[in-house]
Amino acid sequence: MKITLNGEARDLAGPSVSDALIQIGLGTAKVATALNGSFLPAAARATTTLNEGDALEVVAPMQGG
Amino acid sequence: MPVYYDTQIDSALMLGTAQYPSPAIMAQAFHAAQAGIATVSLRREGGAGQDFHKLIKGLNIPVLPNTAGCHSVREAVTTAQMARELFETPWIKLEIIRDDDTLCPDVVALVEAARILSDDGFQVFPYCTEDLSVCGRLVDAGCRVLMPWGAPIGSGRGLNNVYGLRSVRAHFPDIPLVVDAGIGLPSHAAQAMELGYDGVLLNTAVAKAGDPVAMARAMALAIEAGRLAHQATPIEARDMAAPSTPVFGMAALGQGGMA
Repeated sequence: MKITLNGEARDLAGPSVSDALIQIGLGTAKVATALNGSFLPAAARATTTLNEGDALEVVAPMQGG
Repeated sequence: MPVYYDTQIDSALMLGTAQYPSPAIMAQAFHAAQAGIATVSLRREGGAGQDFHKLIKGLNIPVLPNTAGCHSVREAVTTAQMARELFETPWIKLEIIRDDDTLCPDVVALVEAARILSDDGFQVFPYCTEDLSVCGRLVDAGCRVLMPWGAPIGSGRGLNNVYGLRSVRAHFPDIPLVVDAGIGLPSHAAQAMELGYDGVLLNTAVAKAGDPVAMARAMALAIEAGRLAHQATPIEARDMAAPSTPVFGMAALGQGGMA
């Protein structure tokens, strides 16, 4: 299905957010997620199904001040 | 040494992790500064996040994630929620920007977000202005630390409003206070500590110095000097001179014919 992943159009099979993370190579990575602007806890990724047009943000630790 | 939300920290210096020439120099700067807290952020994972996470873990000090770049309550709250999970800490440096030229905090949104996050169990470190009303509202919202700016982020201008910062200190004697942003020189950091602040948060002044490791050490020494000076109760400034050498007992040498 077509979703927006970190601002870019992607076609991912899903169906869950956990599946999508595996499909983009971040299955075991230290990341946090937000779906359509709302925080999606790690524990909810496996039971959260992606829908066409969803916006998924996947963030990681980064340098900051 | 400062205590933030019941956690005692061994250093008054909070140091940012951005803009260093290399990860190795960043690690050396942290060592030289003996920083007590490392500030970090969250960004879209493009491959670098995993190594950075290991680097931060290796510093072996508490991390303070920020909401840098957020312009709305919703963005900041969502970012804070992601940061809590990722860094496994209730601490959040709450930063909501209104004006992009000065990176001036949106203090109205800040108070609203601080209340939402405090009610949700976060321990909020708000990046704010030195306005007493705003600081009061933040305390009302649940903040037990205040972090007024010295000057705009990255400007290196030092303490733009010493009177205002002194007023915040006087009005909130029991709230840990940190000057966050605007520090350019060790003397700025020392001045903040001389005012009785509990800590200083800086990043650019060290990371963008010609020798970040040496500057980190200089900042650490200045902060310690300022902290000791405040504890020692400095004298009040005065307009007129007051001789430090005793006048009594001075030899009478000026009454001869040499005038």
